[in-house]
Amino acid sequence: MSAASQDVATRNGIFARAAIYAVLILFAVYYLLPLYVMLVNSLKPLDEIRHGNMLALPHEWTIAPWLSAWSTAQIGVSPTGLKPYFLNSVMMVVPAVAISTILGALNGYVLTKWRFRGDTVVFGMMLLACFIPFQIVLIPSARILGLLHLAGTVPGLVLIHAIYGLGFTTLFFRNYYEAFPTELVRAAQIDGASFFQIFRRILLPSSAPIIVVTVIWQFTNIWNDFLFGSSFSSVDSIPLTVALNNLVNSSTGVKEYNVHFAGAILAALPTLIVYIVSGRYFVRGLMAGAVKG
Amino acid sequence: MTQTRAEIAPILARTRRAPKEVLQDLLPKIVLAPSFALILVFVYGFIVFTGFLSFSGSKLLPDFSTWVGFDNYVRLFKHPNWIVSLKNLAIFSVLYIVICSVIGLALAIFLDQKIRGEGLLRPIYLYPMALSFIVTGVAWKWFLDPGIGLEHAMHQLGWASFSFRWIKQGDMAIYTIVIAAIWQSSGFVMAMFLAGLRGVDNEIIKAAQIDGASTVMIYRRIIIPLMRPVFLSAFVVLAHLAIKSYDLVVAMTDGGPGTATWTPALFMTKFTFGRNEMGMGAASAIIMLMMIFAIIVPYLYSELGQKK
Amino acid sequence: MPFLEIDNLEKSYGSAKILKGVTLDIEEGGFLVLVGPSGCGKSTLLNTIAGLEPITGGEIRINGQRVNDLHPSKRDIAMVFQSYALYPNMTVAQNIGFGMEIRGVPKPERDKAIAEVSQLLQIDHLLDRKPSQLSGGQRQRVAMGRALVRKPQVFLFDEPLSNLDAKLRIDMRTEIKRLHQRMGTTIVYVTHDQIEAMTLASKIAVLKDGILQQFGTPSEIYNNPSNMFVADFMGSPAMNLIPATVAMNGKGLEVVMEREAREPIKLPLASAPAGLGAFQGKKVMFGVRPEALTDPGGADRDAKAVATADCHIEVVEPAGSDTFAVTNLGGKPVVARLRADAHIQPGSNAPLAFNLSKAVFFDPATEQRIV
Repeated sequence: MSAASQDVATRNGIFARAAIYAVLILFAVYYLLPLYVMLVNSLKPLDEIRHGNMLALPHEWTIAPWLSAWSTAQIGVSPTGLKPYFLNSVMMVVPAVAISTILGALNGYVLTKWRFRGDTVVFGMMLLACFIPFQIVLIPSARILGLLHLAGTVPGLVLIHAIYGLGFTTLFFRNYYEAFPTELVRAAQIDGASFFQIFRRILLPSSAPIIVVTVIWQFTNIWNDFLFGSSFSSVDSIPLTVALNNLVNSSTGVKEYNVHFAGAILAALPTLIVYIVSGRYFVRGLMAGAVKG
Repeated sequence: MTQTRAEIAPILARTRRAPKEVLQDLLPKIVLAPSFALILVFVYGFIVFTGFLSFSGSKLLPDFSTWVGFDNYVRLFKHPNWIVSLKNLAIFSVLYIVICSVIGLALAIFLDQKIRGEGLLRPIYLYPMALSFIVTGVAWKWFLDPGIGLEHAMHQLGWASFSFRWIKQGDMAIYTIVIAAIWQSSGFVMAMFLAGLRGVDNEIIKAAQIDGASTVMIYRRIIIPLMRPVFLSAFVVLAHLAIKSYDLVVAMTDGGPGTATWTPALFMTKFTFGRNEMGMGAASAIIMLMMIFAIIVPYLYSELGQKK
Repeated sequence: MPFLEIDNLEKSYGSAKILKGVTLDIEEGGFLVLVGPSGCGKSTLLNTIAGLEPITGGEIRINGQRVNDLHPSKRDIAMVFQSYALYPNMTVAQNIGFGMEIRGVPKPERDKAIAEVSQLLQIDHLLDRKPSQLSGGQRQRVAMGRALVRKPQVFLFDEPLSNLDAKLRIDMRTEIKRLHQRMGTTIVYVTHDQIEAMTLASKIAVLKDGILQQFGTPSEIYNNPSNMFVADFMGSPAMNLIPATVAMNGKGLEVVMEREAREPIKLPLASAPAGLGAFQGKKVMFGVRPEALTDPGGADRDAKAVATADCHIEVVEPAGSDTFAVTNLGGKPVVARLRADAHIQPGSNAPLAFNLSKAVFFDPATEQRIV
């Protein structure tokens, strides 16, 4: 390559790279803008939002909207803030995640290491269950919860979330254990270990990564759920997402935008923290959920 | 290949065996059974139940005493709200899938150019995926609100003629939902494509460079064709999210203005629980299920089939 | 009385038959090697002996006891896996002691057994390490330690050396042989490497497509292969199988091999197998190992029947200890093994000595040995 053409190449290269950086930064702004807007406006008095510029930093900083969103804002009929609903969500998420993860791990273990005739069909049916539109099960689920006297309760929501999470948790563990050497299981069988001993002593100690991925995935999905929460909850079991929507979309009274933004960030905080702390596992979970195989 | 697969479950006793050992043999199935039974009832049983409902004259409550045949389906496809929902779904899913894929692929390719700060940019692109659609909806609802949002901000900055009030316009509101949905999901598509790009065998690229191919050529002729499976996965994920789209619509517009942003998922809940048309609601759910299965079943079949 | 008996064993997955009626046995303290190309069913056979895979027919007996339905841990066997299958989350000591732990053996007793075995295998300095911190050879030893510590009635080895590099493989092969001689426990050993089979075995079973091809001592297998597959599979370089015809020449039979552009080679058969008479005027496969086809100076002086013929040498491959020469007979390349210092040029003609007392004949239609 001649010196001249090399020069052109690098100059083109510099332009191209500058353009690439520009596009990448532009998109970073696009993704960050809504978060920025929520954050700065949650720290402004209401007046400043109505008459000022949404993109500007607050003139007068205040945390009053946050306090209001947490403990005093009017949600539905009672001025309780989001606090009780936050607790509802916690009480719903923790057992639902635990149950679906434990069952998923055992299912994955059986489906890979104790295969039987028809296991692919069983797995296929569980996998397909991940993708159904939940509208299809709303009516009968409501009936069953009624029959079980769980309608409108947190345990009812736990049950629903645990069941409809099973497909994904089973998928995650199955794919992980599929790559786990079967010879180890055989060696343990010869050593005389039982079904549960093999699981507890051989597979489980090597399962930390997939457990983290599954827990994060389940936590994010159940925490963020709206459809089941809005369909199966009553006054004292409403989860946070539904409460937030009630707060924002209630048609009465003055729209307290700053409180809405503070509430939205509160609702997003747990999953955002999980994402920031363990982004690598979060992405892996997304991939595992998306790319089957 | 059934020959090499790990079939280690011992056969059931042909001879006399201790009950404890028989239990050990059955244990795997006993462990799997509750989950499978739950899925069988709560997914497949319920689908059948909803299927029956869609042929019944149920209104406020399930009612299996009157059978109306395909009447619910006929009424459904004659109902203007359902037609609007389908039209919106078509607009939404086409734009959502295409734009997410384009942005995702472009960002992935750009990020793949040994970019300084990739470690900072990637999480920024991806964090919306961690948010609830309700939170996304609230953020965009107010950000696009002409009274306080973008339009207001531009006016404050002195651009008095700036106008952006799609969210209040019946014919444009659906596009604001597209914008918010793309914001939420395109980073995830980027991550999928980036993983695909990084998975391409380096030696193939080196060979192409030795053959004198330019960077653009290498992407166009070699890398992107190799990523067909990623395109397929992205399509399936996005399409099924699009058909299920519900929370975001509820949070942003709740179907408004008027019925301008209704989607099938919204139609189902509004008709079933709001208008006491359970039969029609069930019929709309069945249609949604059929749409998703039409995409997912062939995909899963080929994925599971390949592995054998 | 045989110690391990496998009687008409059958195994199928669905409609695919993997083992089609295999019958074998080995005496106590014997070393049985199962050998064959990949997919021949040898590993499946081993797994059925271990009890890791159920069988569809036949019977397995260890020390006279039928074990068909016994759980692997109750068959009194130990197994060394191809991947070693060391538990990654446990130390070397825990790996070796896991089986005893499951059986509830008290800790002092366990520690004593672990110490004994680890000394025997020279891994006592590694006891606190995790498998990921070990080299391939060390992992191999730990895997053997885990098997040895059980003091089983039968050891099962599933291609234990195939993940090691060439030099280590030979060292470990010797070590396994030494351990076997020292402990005298019965061993069943699967390999696809016919040299491993020859060096280790007291009995070899050659399998192909789930059918037992031949079962015998290494020298029987090597010198008296019962069919063309065994003849071709065992030995390196492989036995030359030359298409030929049998003819009567006055007083006796002779074998005739066609050559390109020259008159056929005719070798008189002084001590032909009895069955060969029926093949007069018919095609046969003439089998001769490369070491039975050499330069006249290097031919076995004690051999009863040696015939010499002038051959066209196409390729010469010096291999250090020997020199291999390739000629063409009956339309196929034929390898001869000459002395290292045999002076021979590719493209020239040279006399080659056929040791006919080592030659074998096969029926090309059935591929079976003519006896």
